[in-house]
Amino acid sequence: MRPDDVTGAVTRGEERSTPDVVVCPGGPLLIRGDHVVQDEDGVAHPTTRPVSAVCRCGKSATKPWCDGTHKAIPDKLRP
Amino acid sequence: MSEASEVVRRPTHLPKPRGPLSERVVAALVDGRPLPERPAVLDEEDGAITLWTIDELSYRGFAEVDDDREWDPSVVRLRRQLEHDLEARLRARWPGRPAYDGGVGAFPDALFAEIEAHEGPSLARYVHTDATADQVLELLQLRSIYHLKESDPVAWVVPRLPVAARASLMELQYDEYGAGRPEQLHAALFAKGMAALGLDPTEHAYVDQVPLEVLEQNNAMSLFGLNRRLRGAALGHLAAFEATSSLPSRRMAQGLERLGLAEEMRAYYLEHVEADAVHEQLAARAICGSLLAEEPELEDDVWLGAFTCLDLEDRLAAHLLDRWGAA
Repeated sequence: MRPDDVTGAVTRGEERSTPDVVVCPGGPLLIRGDHVVQDEDGVAHPTTRPVSAVCRCGKSATKPWCDGTHKAIPDKLRP
Repeated sequence: MSEASEVVRRPTHLPKPRGPLSERVVAALVDGRPLPERPAVLDEEDGAITLWTIDELSYRGFAEVDDDREWDPSVVRLRRQLEHDLEARLRARWPGRPAYDGGVGAFPDALFAEIEAHEGPSLARYVHTDATADQVLELLQLRSIYHLKESDPVAWVVPRLPVAARASLMELQYDEYGAGRPEQLHAALFAKGMAALGLDPTEHAYVDQVPLEVLEQNNAMSLFGLNRRLRGAALGHLAAFEATSSLPSRRMAQGLERLGLAEEMRAYYLEHVEADAVHEQLAARAICGSLLAEEPELEDDVWLGAFTCLDLEDRLAAHLLDRWGAA
């Protein structure tokens, strides 16, 4: 992935819309802006920061948010 | 009294000199006399506290020093001489950029891989399982020199970046600075934690106690932030800092809980577990990634900054763990 695809920023004169959702290889899903994320148990969690990271590895202790735990698990278990 | 009052600007006091140069510099700053040049022979700690003092004129300054001294030619001259020494030392320690495929576009994943492979002594791990309350309080005092101005050094980099990297850095900084809520500013959260632990949350309160390693950490961040030429190193440092924060912050929070220390300080670290899981992705991918897409010639400097962050933390951890008999 080219870095400018990650940011979705305006580069080389092309107009790009900034992505609201970004999949990080081996890591979380970044969501930009205000959202309500519903977890596996149906509990709603409003975002509280400009960009939030949603756990994709399933091992976070602060689900639905990422806490960096994907870095502590074996490669093959990472998203 | 607002909750953010702990970080409201207060008169702050000059540090105690640590050698002949800092002694002359502190006296000359107070008297309004020109600063001396760097002497031919200079002890590292004397040089470090002198540079820290001069750099501080660009942050919040000192009650005893005229604000106008920040750009006094003799101050700038000595600052450049000491910065030159520091930069030469940091570059000499750097083993060079690691080999990886894919060019600058592969930087984010290469950085995460490099950090994962990095094995340094960990203060957070020691705090988690073994540290005494006194050791944790000492560590927090040393950390306060930076945490009370958290994110400030990299804020200087903002106007020096190409558009995409500038927008991305501001997105991260907005969160660091509380997204418009002063009581959520990370520096304010740390100050609140310090006050709850009975520590003095005034900036610089503990500077006379910090070892050379802490001065170097702070001076390196100011060096990278204050020099546009070193913007790549500033952002590389940021990326490595964020990428080594989430999991250690969890350990710090667990250590504080084990010792029954103030909830407010635990809250500071828990905030960083979650915030830095976002920030590490933004810093490596969006910020450094965008910078390198437009200024690929800065690749070496980005790695220099990342290495410096890890290396200076290793040096502090080795120093403290050795002193605590825990190495």
